[in-house]
Amino acid sequence: MIIGALFYLFALVLIASAVAVVSVRQPVNAVLFLILCFFNAAGLFVLLGAEFLAFILLIVYGGAVAVLFLFVVMMLDVKGDVPRLPLKRFLPLSLGVGAVLLVQVVIMAAFWPEAHAVTSVAADSENTKALGRVLYTDFIYPFQVSGLVLLTAMIGAIVLTQREPRGTKRQNVQAQLDRRAEDVVTLRHVESGKGAL
Amino acid sequence: MGNLFVIGLGHYLALAGLLFVVGLMGVVMNRRNVIVWLMSIEVMLLAATLNLVAFSHFSGGIAGQAFAMIVLTVAAAESAIGLAILVVAFRHRDEIAVSGLADLKG
Repeated sequence: MIIGALFYLFALVLIASAVAVVSVRQPVNAVLFLILCFFNAAGLFVLLGAEFLAFILLIVYGGAVAVLFLFVVMMLDVKGDVPRLPLKRFLPLSLGVGAVLLVQVVIMAAFWPEAHAVTSVAADSENTKALGRVLYTDFIYPFQVSGLVLLTAMIGAIVLTQREPRGTKRQNVQAQLDRRAEDVVTLRHVESGKGAL
Repeated sequence: MGNLFVIGLGHYLALAGLLFVVGLMGVVMNRRNVIVWLMSIEVMLLAATLNLVAFSHFSGGIAGQAFAMIVLTVAAAESAIGLAILVVAFRHRDEIAVSGLADLKG
């Protein structure tokens, strides 16, 4: 009963915030709704017994990826098709989002024992332990490949966004190696008393 | 009424389907900027992850969660690369409107 009610709560807010992500005009608001989206998905993951994934979702997505999006939105100074609004206009919306998050966290904390008792049926041992055991034995190759994917993404992001700094002086090794003595040094025979003073 | 609150696999699949459609509509209908595109793709990947976790729960195994984790990894890599491309594109043409990027094709 309680699990069902929690499911409907999370599902409703999840869908609503996903609709908000794709429909609000300001990209900053979309990022904030995306965070709300991830929070609710994490709640559903807890209901499904995937506690480790839920926390990964909160930390990596609610934290890192959302901050990445926010940085890019701020950095690019997107010219929205609506004029900039004063902070007062955003206050009710942001307070509403915060209140929804707070209520959900409180509800989740209040019903934690029930939720946990139901969810731990799926796995014999702890979720994190079981996931780690599977990930490092049966799925070791996909796991390694996902590490490679992350490495590729890191290198790609660095290479794409790196700019050559202007005005820096660097050693050009090839130019140094190409420079030969017979091209640049000449020997002159200077008579005694006729050279430069 | 009591039956409504017994959550089965179908509930989660319906929810994930709905979420995926919302993300897809975000990609299709959005004509303003590419950041919202990337966020819609994140929503779609979240729907796929939710499917995997739901199947993992209702089939009793944990393999689905391992795959969900790999999907999350790929999603993080995708958003990092996508945002990097976005930054480069913005440097080149000072806008990130979807229509402005249409002439990227060689």
